[in-house]
Amino acid sequence: MTTSPPRVGLFVTCLIDLFRPTVGFAAVKLLEAAGCVVEVPPQTCCGQPAYNAGDRATARSLAQQVIAAFEPFNYVVAPSGSCAGMIKRHYPSLFADDPDGRVRAEQLSAKTFELTLFLNDVLGVERVDAHYAGTVTYHDSCSGLRELGIKAQPRRLLATVAGLELRELEESEVCCGFGGAFCVKYPELSNRMVSDKAAHILATGADTVLAGDLGCLLNIAGKLQRDGATIKIRHVAEVLAGLTDIPAIGEPEGDE
Amino acid sequence: MQATSQAFQRNVSAALQNPALQKALKNIKIGFVRKRAAAVAKLPEFELLRDAGCELKNHVLDHLDFYLERFEAKVIESGGQVHWARDAAEANQIVLEICRSVNARLVTKGKSMISEEIGLNEFLEAHGIRPVETDLGEYIIQLRHEHPSHIIAPAVHLNRDQIADAFQAHHAPYGFTERREEPRALLDEARQVLRQQFLRADVGITGANFCVAETGTTVIVTNEGNGDLTQILPRVHIALSSIEKVVPTLEDVSLLLRLLARSATGQELSVYTTFSTGPRRRDDLDGPEQFHVVLLDNSRSGMLGGEFQDMLRCIRCAACLNHCPVYGAIGGHAYGWVYPGPMGSVLTPQLIGIEVAAQLPNASTFCGRCEEVCPVHIPLPKMMRHWREREFARHLTPAAARFGLGLWAFVAQRPKLYRLATNLGAWLLRRLAASKGRIRSLPLAKGWTAWRDLPAPQGRTFQQQWAARRENRL
Ligand code: SF4
Repeated sequence: MTTSPPRVGLFVTCLIDLFRPTVGFAAVKLLEAAGCVVEVPPQTCCGQPAYNAGDRATARSLAQQVIAAFEPFNYVVAPSGSCAGMIKRHYPSLFADDPDGRVRAEQLSAKTFELTLFLNDVLGVERVDAHYAGTVTYHDSCSGLRELGIKAQPRRLLATVAGLELRELEESEVCCGFGGAFCVKYPELSNRMVSDKAAHILATGADTVLAGDLGCLLNIAGKLQRDGATIKIRHVAEVLAGLTDIPAIGEPEGDE
Repeated sequence: MQATSQAFQRNVSAALQNPALQKALKNIKIGFVRKRAAAVAKLPEFELLRDAGCELKNHVLDHLDFYLERFEAKVIESGGQVHWARDAAEANQIVLEICRSVNARLVTKGKSMISEEIGLNEFLEAHGIRPVETDLGEYIIQLRHEHPSHIIAPAVHLNRDQIADAFQAHHAPYGFTERREEPRALLDEARQVLRQQFLRADVGITGANFCVAETGTTVIVTNEGNGDLTQILPRVHIALSSIEKVVPTLEDVSLLLRLLARSATGQELSVYTTFSTGPRRRDDLDGPEQFHVVLLDNSRSGMLGGEFQDMLRCIRCAACLNHCPVYGAIGGHAYGWVYPGPMGSVLTPQLIGIEVAAQLPNASTFCGRCEEVCPVHIPLPKMMRHWREREFARHLTPAAARFGLGLWAFVAQRPKLYRLATNLGAWLLRRLAASKGRIRSLPLAKGWTAWRDLPAPQGRTFQQQWAARRENRL
């Protein structure tokens, strides 16, 4: 083959940047192992908080920033169905009255993917080189599931992690109640939704719960840990990349 | 109906703390969600039907004037009358005048959400006419002076005890002095009480799921047969509908019926599907002497051609309510007006004003489950977002939220400043967590920490670490 390796711009997402850099490094590791050259252009947020608050002007301005930063790459990959969904499904609609902007948004949309979908569907990665001794369950985050069709991809990859057993979660496709600003605007409702989710998770008896979106994971971890549960919470990329020596989400350091 | 949508947050608290309601809401999953899934799984062409249903409704909305006029002409041809109502007040007045023209005292009613929308029962009562609901669920909530909490299962918020209480309190005059609790016994009791009303009513009022342009027919679906008795026994039948319910042909009705029953209750067809064309003809064995159709606009025409037009495709199947995690947590009354759930969160601001209903389109995680099951592909989350946009543009968004968003937007549009802010934020949150890995209480994020811990950042931000790693590599 004479083609040069694909250049991937990693859209790390604002939550992972701030709360859980390990997921970013896990994504880099997985992408590099799959033969990509990964770069991380300066970035802030995809603009979804503004978009969902009805502030189109800000959403659009942030979209322009992302488009300009990521245009040079062959692919844009995000370890989040929510942010990838924002770029892929919603950016073009922000430029309804700006034909040039729309073309650029559509071009970016066409090459933007969520991590597990990109690895499995686009690059054809069928197995990962990782080991995880434990029973895990998996929550299907809404945007990834319904906007991007992510369901089988993470499961296919998880099935190749040595030592891992996947136990399916009842109502895995029902929202965990995070919803961005929703969780603080409607805390009681959100609490009720995440309580139901936590109960289903605990009912599996799994020792780890995984998902592909950090927003959901922070919400789920926050609830489970407030209630004293000891189940581990991790982003799916951490397990796929074998970066599981680091404490799980919300866990203290230095236990090892 | 007096809207309480403004008190949505309070309504939510009350609903979450109402054990009877919470217990009743659990039935939705078993009664509706699973049955729908099973029915859909049995019909391989269901997805194709959805596309066809969506296209059909789009076609109708693009030619609404044409089909409405055709429908009217056909109703007249078959001996009926069509009345056009711009708003609730006009619709109520029309119904009242028809009732008065035949000196009606007692009116039986089949289930109709339009009747709820215009507040017909209250209006008739205020004018000395007694409306009696004949759909069992509607009848129960009428006894309890409540409004429906669901568009196809109006009493879904109640349990058997509450129903037994209501019957005991109201049925003594009909000879039922003993409290009964067994479902079959309750049903028989309701049936006997209602039968007397059916026979005495002067006017029967039903809704209409569809109005067929090619024949001037109105169509209702029920599972109890009460709709048939409502419209056949009295001298006058009034069908209440709204302008978007018109469809071109009977063939089109059959398409939508296949979608409707499966999406609603997981049935292949409802138990009764009743077609009404004009009043009783000379050789008919039964039927009303007069047949009236009231077609309500109530600001629906204002949705045509705009960003909410898609909402007019709605066939009121309630799948979006049944699959909504917010509806499932709080039930229908918390929404504070006639139409609850996702379809209500889009429709209600249009019908009673975004000022009153602003909370509704905001109270969604945009999980998208409603759109996923909507038989006519209505992009409900997108339309809730449109309402948020309107709200934001009109400065109706609460000041604190606006300020927070503005501050965040300012920083997020300046990557260098943003990195500085997140570096600082990561450091600060870690300090607050000490070595515990999470924060139990954060005054600025009370909405979060009142109910859950906040996992602390791991350390320096990804971008900080990435920059350091690159420097090391170079
Ligand atoms: S919006 Fe769709 S799912 Fe909801 S009631 Fe209407 S047709 Fe049914």
